[in-house]
Amino acid sequence: MAGKTLYDKLWDAHIVRTEEDGSALLYIDRQLLHEVTSPQAFEGLRLAGRTPWRVGANLAVPDHNVPTTQREEGITDPVARIQVETLDRNADEFGITEFKMGDIRQGIVHVIGPEQGATLPGMTIVCGDSHTSTHGALGALAFGIGTSEVEHVLATQCLVQKKSKSMLVRIKGAVGTGVTGKDIVLAVIGKIGTAGGTGYAIEFAGEAIENLSVEGRMTVCNMAIEGGARAGMVAVDQKTIDYVKNGTQGRAFAPTEVHWQEAVAAWQDLHSDADAVFDAVVELEGAEIAPQVTWGTSPEMVVAIDATVPDPAAAADEVKRSGMEKALAYMGLEAGTPITAIPVDKVFVGSCTNSRIEDLRAAAAVARGRTRAENVSQVLIVPGSGLIKEQAEREGLDKIFIEAGFEWRDPGCSMCLAMNADRLEPGERCASTSNRNFESRQGLNSRTHLVSPAMAVAAAVSGHFADVRSLEGGA
Amino acid sequence: MEKFTQHQGLVVPMDRPNVDTDAIIPKQYLKSVKRAGFGPNLFDDWRYLDPGDPAIDNASRRLNPDFLLNQPAYQGGTVLLGRENFGCGSSREHAVWALTDYGFRVVIAPSFADIFFNNSFKSGLLPITLSETEVEQLFEEERQVAGYALEVDLQAETVTTPGGMVFSFQMDEFRKYRLLNGLDDIGLTLQHQDEIKGYEADHRAAAPWLF
Repeated sequence: MAGKTLYDKLWDAHIVRTEEDGSALLYIDRQLLHEVTSPQAFEGLRLAGRTPWRVGANLAVPDHNVPTTQREEGITDPVARIQVETLDRNADEFGITEFKMGDIRQGIVHVIGPEQGATLPGMTIVCGDSHTSTHGALGALAFGIGTSEVEHVLATQCLVQKKSKSMLVRIKGAVGTGVTGKDIVLAVIGKIGTAGGTGYAIEFAGEAIENLSVEGRMTVCNMAIEGGARAGMVAVDQKTIDYVKNGTQGRAFAPTEVHWQEAVAAWQDLHSDADAVFDAVVELEGAEIAPQVTWGTSPEMVVAIDATVPDPAAAADEVKRSGMEKALAYMGLEAGTPITAIPVDKVFVGSCTNSRIEDLRAAAAVARGRTRAENVSQVLIVPGSGLIKEQAEREGLDKIFIEAGFEWRDPGCSMCLAMNADRLEPGERCASTSNRNFESRQGLNSRTHLVSPAMAVAAAVSGHFADVRSLEGGA
Repeated sequence: MEKFTQHQGLVVPMDRPNVDTDAIIPKQYLKSVKRAGFGPNLFDDWRYLDPGDPAIDNASRRLNPDFLLNQPAYQGGTVLLGRENFGCGSSREHAVWALTDYGFRVVIAPSFADIFFNNSFKSGLLPITLSETEVEQLFEEERQVAGYALEVDLQAETVTTPGGMVFSFQMDEFRKYRLLNGLDDIGLTLQHQDEIKGYEADHRAAAPWLF
């Protein structure tokens, strides 16, 4: 009998019961909550006269709507304010731990989970947000759910789920200098397509993934959903264990001394067995991955920095061709244009994909001694949490950004989805470290190009996309 | 869960792949703390020529005459015909609420994003997966037949065309049972609360650091 994949192990360990058609009632160890997808869930709970099954399994934080500047004035948008206040009220009423807007621990929900030790290896983790896949970087089964399922987990601590198929994405060999987790995952999506992982749980493996820090692995798993997979994951290794143990601020939710050894012993098994069989295997050569830039309105529309905007005429079929033509028209681009010849109007470094301390360090390394190009009107640097902001300031990164003419903001989702005041104007083109380049994602008729933090800053100081490997500090 | 058994309705053909949930309901409308009222802003960026916001009265905005939902032929449409990877992107269930609030009961596509697919059932929106060839055939027929309507039968797992052609689809048994009967998911799960408690006790013993 074949061995088990990491996904099999995580799945099997959480089955409460199995239905006749094979769907399972799965136990959920951790639910993360934010203000946008939880209000209707709490309302449903209240209307049915139910209470949370296990209050301590939940952790709440406002992130999507919060302002990233002038916080002392509160939230000026009345509708957004009501939503954040509703989360505060719900958390207080049901006794759920919440890091409110003034709390130093507040930040993007997918950043604070791992930062606080609320995300641990071996857990099942859900959140009403598709980027919950991020947490799989620690060897957990983590996936996004809708609001009805949020209510279901609140009420029962379980979810009815059908097991996905398993996909192994192996990056063979190391990647070159200047190539990050973001470039790896964009290259993977470019290869499998935005629906390539639909119906699968993806395990990322191989030398290039092993070489990544846990933060870098989070970036990779974060975008598993952009390849269609609800869950992305990476096997536990010593880096994972050190990450959980050595949080610079202490990971308040992580196991204490009493259980630490037991936990570490249990985590040793959180990898796919050598003889495990995957339903699909995808391989990429690490050495062939260059810094990536998206050119269209779907993350699969991506090329290397030294490439040109592709020609729809070369598309495989009619549906693809018309999709590419629509995307080029929307993006205001012409086939054959070198990516490095595309100027940018604004730059955004942040989001649950790329707002952790090492992202800010990579951005600062390129920004050091350089300034924002004249044609770039705004560069936003938005840390993922209050603690990351504090850490960056201790390291003097904020000064580098400010001297470069960038804006140093407070933590939140910000311009990734532009629910707060941080947004692009119609037609503006942005180099963004976020995860989605959909139409109007960053503001009505905005144009988004997804890149790594170092590549975003390279564009900010050059005025157009530039190969970070040719800039000092970038490689 | 809203009940779904059979439905017959006018087809609205949305001929583009990767229709994402940001397009189905843009973020500015996610600030609502309610489940209802999203219909007027379904496909907002495509549907109106003027920018929209919760504070703006939709009646004062110019409609985009080129967009499907604004064309006389598709008024009252309840069956959305889509292309691959329908509902990709954000997990927002608001996308499903917007579709049902507008009046859609069925979405037919060659593939759906997983989270959208799961969310659909919670509000009685039936996502039906047919093969690319079958979907292509439906698009083709719709182009030729005015007022093209389809008949959907969940019990029989069939989609029937006006010409009497029958396409079969598949649905997980447990999901189908819940949808046909409009059962409360949480209530059903709570029937197994002893099992959950039993599992939880074992889990706590094996991994006490999780509690």
